[in-house]
Amino acid sequence: MRSLIDILDFSVDELQELIDTANDIIAHPESYSERCRGRKLATLFFEPSTRTRLSFEAAMYELGGNVIGFAEAKSSSAAKGESVADTARVISCYADIIAMRHPKEGAPLVAAMNASIPVINAGDGGHNHPTQTLADLLTIYREKGRLDHLTVGFCGDLKFGRTVHSLINALSRYEGIKVVLISPEELKLPSYVKKDVLAANNIPYVQTTDLESVMPELDILYMTRVQRERFFNEEDYLRLKDSYILTPERLWNAKEDLSILHPLPRVNEISVAIDDDPRACYFKQVLYGKYMRMALILKLLKEAGRI
Amino acid sequence: MNIDSIQNGIVIDHITAGQGMRLYDLLGLEKLDCSVAIIKNVVSGKMGKKDIIKIDSGIHVNFDVIGYVDPGATVNIIRDGKLVEKRTIDMPETLTNVIFCKNPRCITSTEQELKHVVKLTDRKNKVYRCLYCETKAN
Ligand SMILES: [Zn+2]
Repeated sequence: MRSLIDILDFSVDELQELIDTANDIIAHPESYSERCRGRKLATLFFEPSTRTRLSFEAAMYELGGNVIGFAEAKSSSAAKGESVADTARVISCYADIIAMRHPKEGAPLVAAMNASIPVINAGDGGHNHPTQTLADLLTIYREKGRLDHLTVGFCGDLKFGRTVHSLINALSRYEGIKVVLISPEELKLPSYVKKDVLAANNIPYVQTTDLESVMPELDILYMTRVQRERFFNEEDYLRLKDSYILTPERLWNAKEDLSILHPLPRVNEISVAIDDDPRACYFKQVLYGKYMRMALILKLLKEAGRI
Repeated sequence: MNIDSIQNGIVIDHITAGQGMRLYDLLGLEKLDCSVAIIKNVVSGKMGKKDIIKIDSGIHVNFDVIGYVDPGATVNIIRDGKLVEKRTIDMPETLTNVIFCKNPRCITSTEQELKHVVKLTDRKNKVYRCLYCETKAN
């Protein structure tokens, strides 16, 4: 049974197939509105993530399907001590496909190993969040018309930001990618990602603490939040947080066709004054996330022989 | 026991010096009733120094553990005082319930009945990772 647990579960060709489907859905939404008639998506959210859950649910409704599930662990059978494996087996009897969010790393894989229907990882702790990466890829593709030959800047918390690691992983398979890593010393990209992903795929990268100096090179700027709780002391946090806040002034030397992405939610790392700049793509990114989830649900249901 | 001559058993030879004890632990040899000898820092022409483990019993040993700890080691199987088989052990693709994931955020930390599986992800550098959370096993 085919599932999506890690973005690398799909080949470059398969990712392109999803992007093509998503683009076709955007162009002809009416021809998709009945594709999943009578099918059910189970959203099993063992920790709350309203944004991701609603994106999956909206995706399934727009395909003409139905949704069952729960939004937090305490309203699920896990609260009674049921294992992930058993939950997956039971839900397989009720639904056609599962989207699972779980605080523990690897839980969706356990579900996929035990379910008889496809499982989509909707986020497992700090580990993977492949459908966010699908949203990122479609955004880049629609903005730039390609996923290769791009200089991609990642700014903010590169140490704990799973969306950053996942997108770097996904982009590592395309030609001509250059990566620019912009973060405080404390939140640099972990060395295993540099070694196992960037160096292993011969992807040139630079590391800097200074956004301004690298801004003119960037085709994509992927912003993330610098969180207070990542710092040992308040002083360091206060000293650093403002250097990684994007304001209209900081874009003075950026390319005209820069695309600014952010996985959201945003707190203050992108000034609201940028929202009207045509280079701001983060709200489109949310919309594209829904279309990629639709494309993904279609692909997995088709491969499972359920549509 | 006479560590030079085993009648029926296994001799794990050419173990990288210092790995003998680890192999002993991971193979669970402390649970055996038969004689087991670990010989450390044996001078070896080829390797400088090596460790050797001799097990004086025809028991079943999980060869994958040997391939995981020290893929250069050789296994000699002895029956009736004669060497009947000599083999080197390749790194296994996966290893189950030998290495336990210590990542407190891993699903294995809360679901006790799950098998702990490590997977070979980088043959060149001998890297194994937890199947579920991908934490590096060491
Ligand atoms: Zn683990």
